[in-house]
Amino acid sequence: MADLTVPVAGAAPPARRRRKIQFQAIIATIPMIGIAISVFFVAILFTIYWSFTKSGMFPGWVWVGLRQYEILWNTNNWQIAVSNIWFFGAMSLVINLIVGFLLAVFMDQNIRQESLFRSIFLYPFAMSLYVTGLAWQWILDPNLGLQVAVRSWGWTDFQFAPLGDPKQAMIGLILGGTWQGAGVTMAILLAGVRGVDQEIWKAAKIDGIPTWKTYLYIVIPMMRGAIATTLVLQLTGIIRTFDLVVSMTGGGPGIATWMPAMYVINAIQSKLNVGQGSAAATMMLAPIAVLLFIRAIVSWWNKRSAGMNVS
Amino acid sequence: MTADTYAATGAQPAMAGTKADAATGPSGPRPKRISPGRIGIYCFLIIVAAFFCVPLYVMLVTSFKAMPEVREAHLFNLPREWTIDPWIKAWNSACTGRDCTGLAPGFLNSVKIAVPSVFISIIVASLNGYALTFWRYKGAEVLFNLLVFGAFVPYQVLVYPIIIGLREMHLFATLPGIIIVHTVFGMPILTLLFRNYYSSIPLEIFKAARIDGAGFWQTYFRVMLPLSVPITTVAVILQVTGIWNDFLFGLVFAGKDNIPMTLQLNNIVKTTFGTVEYDVNMAATILTALVPLAIYFISGKWFVRGIAAGAVKG
Repeated sequence: MADLTVPVAGAAPPARRRRKIQFQAIIATIPMIGIAISVFFVAILFTIYWSFTKSGMFPGWVWVGLRQYEILWNTNNWQIAVSNIWFFGAMSLVINLIVGFLLAVFMDQNIRQESLFRSIFLYPFAMSLYVTGLAWQWILDPNLGLQVAVRSWGWTDFQFAPLGDPKQAMIGLILGGTWQGAGVTMAILLAGVRGVDQEIWKAAKIDGIPTWKTYLYIVIPMMRGAIATTLVLQLTGIIRTFDLVVSMTGGGPGIATWMPAMYVINAIQSKLNVGQGSAAATMMLAPIAVLLFIRAIVSWWNKRSAGMNVS
Repeated sequence: MTADTYAATGAQPAMAGTKADAATGPSGPRPKRISPGRIGIYCFLIIVAAFFCVPLYVMLVTSFKAMPEVREAHLFNLPREWTIDPWIKAWNSACTGRDCTGLAPGFLNSVKIAVPSVFISIIVASLNGYALTFWRYKGAEVLFNLLVFGAFVPYQVLVYPIIIGLREMHLFATLPGIIIVHTVFGMPILTLLFRNYYSSIPLEIFKAARIDGAGFWQTYFRVMLPLSVPITTVAVILQVTGIWNDFLFGLVFAGKDNIPMTLQLNNIVKTTFGTVEYDVNMAATILTALVPLAIYFISGKWFVRGIAAGAVKG
């Protein structure tokens, strides 16, 4: 498990002498150069630009300023999609982290059949979110699923069919999402827990600190890296949430479970409204941009304070 | 690995289970015994494991029931009469709109999409990783950062410009088109994977090859490629699973001649004449998930490594 933590963008080997062979390296990476520039730079700029234009069925070039954004934020579907993604995101993030961490801690108790448990907790991740959505849709079916089955066991007023209720449908999505993703969080956090030096455990024990306190106050702060990794992984996944919703609720009941990603695809594919699609997509880019900005500030801050320590 | 560590330190294991004596008890190796705490640990794990198994179990039993039995709504019961008809129907005769071809064409399309995509994206990415590690040219770092940034960008931001771009090249809604899309979106993470891997190879190996007169390509093919088997395995697992499970790109870019399996599943499930055939739907769902599941259970540890490697991109 220790080898899970592959060094990130490993230590840089010393700079090579520049020779004409560099030329071959450039040829070999032409696909990368082309894609990095054309897709991950130019294409994004296009999307951002179109979001300020009057583009309808086809991309246009008539500048309309923030008009598309005004329309977007006045659209009911978008408002619902945004409040949904906040709720879904916050809930999934917290629940996923808690479940993943608890599982990691329990898995760390030198249990038997560890690899069996691990396989069980992780297999949902091998299945697509689309398949996950279908499976849970079936289980939560109000007429044939869990609710009726439990009632037939004698608990006659048992109620759990969130997908049919606009107010509860998000709970179903969170359930499905957690089922699919908690195992990965467990795997990453388990690697983090095990990366903590055994000496620290011994020291905590000698000092008579209860195990749960050791976990809470010593181990968790020490595995910041693993936690950050899962958070980043979760966040990128949450912003992209699409397949799960399409298969589980189709955005329904009504428009109760719409998500920003659905809004974009719907604007592009069904409504043929490039301007709206681009504006919504640009809004989806915003949180990523903010995160990267924060990251840049943090690393700058760390560098600065490290520098001060040295001097 | 951890088992060894535990064996060495002895006392650490039974932690949370024995809170009380963790504080007061003696240290050093402790004989294995069953305490209430340990029973609690196993209970927790078993209950959670059961929760994780439920969906697969329910899908399986449903898929072996005939529709009248499904309608009785005993979700967790084993089938009274086992039947494989739903599976057969899901595979070759379930209807999507007017066509009743089942999942089979979708399976073929997914293979047609996945094989070239995996092959091309891994070759490209391993060359990228190699060049970025050993042959850094001016600007390489900037490009690489751009790629890493690309790994975080929501796909929706890129969908429309790529549609336009592919349309300009007359590749939109074609097989080469969707292969390009998968290659593009696989590139950031795979490049990172290979770069990290090559960075861990001792520089001396590279230097030795250079001293022996090997150039860029010779060093790559004769030295680095043979060393890349483990990371290539991880990359293949990551890509096959990812591409097989893809829904969005299939929806937008595949076109109706290359509908991948997940999309075909969607079309079957969302097509309803009168009653919904849950048994067929569940069989179709499992069939679609079968390839990645098989990869997962066969590859085991490698799969986890792939996830972790993918995760470490932050």
